[in-house]
Amino acid sequence: MKKVIEGSMAVAEAVKVCRPHVISAYPITPQTHIVENLSQFVADEELKAEFVNVESEFGAASVVLGASATGARAYSATTAQGLLLMVEVLFNIAGLRLPVVITCTNRAVSAPINIWNDQQDAMTIRDSGWIMLFAEDNQEAADMHLQAFKIGEHPEIMLPVMVNMDGFILTHAFEPIELLDQKVADEFLPPYKPELYLTTKNPLTFGILAEPDWYMETRYRLQKAIEASSDMIEEVADQFKKTFGRYQGGLVEKYRLDGAETVIVSMGSVVGTIKEVADELRDKGKKIGVLKIRAFRPFPKEAIYDALKNVKNVIVMEKAISLGATGILYDEIKAALYGRPNQPKVSGFIAGLGGRDIPKESIVKVIKKGETSEVDNLFVDLKEHLIGGK
Amino acid sequence: MTKPEGTVSKPGSSKEYKTGAWRTKRPIFKLLKCNDCRICVAVCPDGVVFGTNKKYWADLDYCKGCGICAEECPMKDIEMIVEVK
Repeated sequence: MKKVIEGSMAVAEAVKVCRPHVISAYPITPQTHIVENLSQFVADEELKAEFVNVESEFGAASVVLGASATGARAYSATTAQGLLLMVEVLFNIAGLRLPVVITCTNRAVSAPINIWNDQQDAMTIRDSGWIMLFAEDNQEAADMHLQAFKIGEHPEIMLPVMVNMDGFILTHAFEPIELLDQKVADEFLPPYKPELYLTTKNPLTFGILAEPDWYMETRYRLQKAIEASSDMIEEVADQFKKTFGRYQGGLVEKYRLDGAETVIVSMGSVVGTIKEVADELRDKGKKIGVLKIRAFRPFPKEAIYDALKNVKNVIVMEKAISLGATGILYDEIKAALYGRPNQPKVSGFIAGLGGRDIPKESIVKVIKKGETSEVDNLFVDLKEHLIGGK
Repeated sequence: MTKPEGTVSKPGSSKEYKTGAWRTKRPIFKLLKCNDCRICVAVCPDGVVFGTNKKYWADLDYCKGCGICAEECPMKDIEMIVEVK
């Protein structure tokens, strides 16, 4: 059934069909509508779950950690400052191998305070062991949640998954959404039955002290698990297509890459605008393609090299930067191509920070720049008079 | 290989970690002026000082040598000595 609903509602509806046992969250813009809708479902008994109101995001993350350790399917959502407050717990959730799912409605981080969209917040946890997926539109964001639980809960994976969707641009946009059918979803995502969980019948310790003799091997296993999740992300995307008829890509989505000389790489909602620009330029005979990074962790090095190896110019456009270094996606794309045959020229552009609009004209300008030069850290559409220029 | 073994264990696993190896100083319970106040037992942050009837000792498998017992002993009857092998 197709319905025109807000992105946040689409996600709440999708989370509902995943049948989480425990939801805990602290409201923060632009995540609020998701958990508001979920708490309404619980209050109306449309969803049988425990909704735990907490004093902070640190509390919310701790609640879902504990709940997941008892074998419950657990969900939370947050953004920006809220995500930063969760960080310590998020590292623990990954380290404990608990398949929690969290939605991050990507937003700029303070200071200065800014509630609008970019993807700087999510980059904070890129080294934590979480699987990180980025949605381009609301249908993909909704569908991604069902996939996220399935990927994370696989006995060989057992990792938390963060579904990223751009704040406001997606969360507050109304789009026609194909809602997930509960019966079909139940078949796709069976009840969560972990091998090990906390119960008084069989006491276990989670989160033991690991001395230097043990710690490295535990981290090695974590690295191997997140590497192994690459295949699982592809497999689950294929299964999803078979079950629901929709496919938004596995690790990456290749768009008009046939014979492309210039390829723009990006993540999230801006990919939609970039695809439109690519279509227009293709109509004019320019060989432009788009590579959407759908899984940022595990970082799909091979899929990226495979897609970009015969391209002349790669243009990475991202809504985050590692201050003091370069754009993060740019850096990693370059590393994925480094030292390999047919390595293209790679340029990095920082765009859309703090909700700055990225219109089609800006993307066209970026393409021209990336085709005629090799740049890194180029901030797109800076207002010269605000940075001391004329 | 990828399964989450290594993060979960049977309860009581901390007993297997002999934190006494971290110690650089060990407490010597001289037992000359002991008045049975049991403050040493109460203040040990690791709960590894034991005893009764003016006979007290630390479990050196776990005592990290922090010296709080010696510092707090009102009779100054506990001495911290540098551990040398």
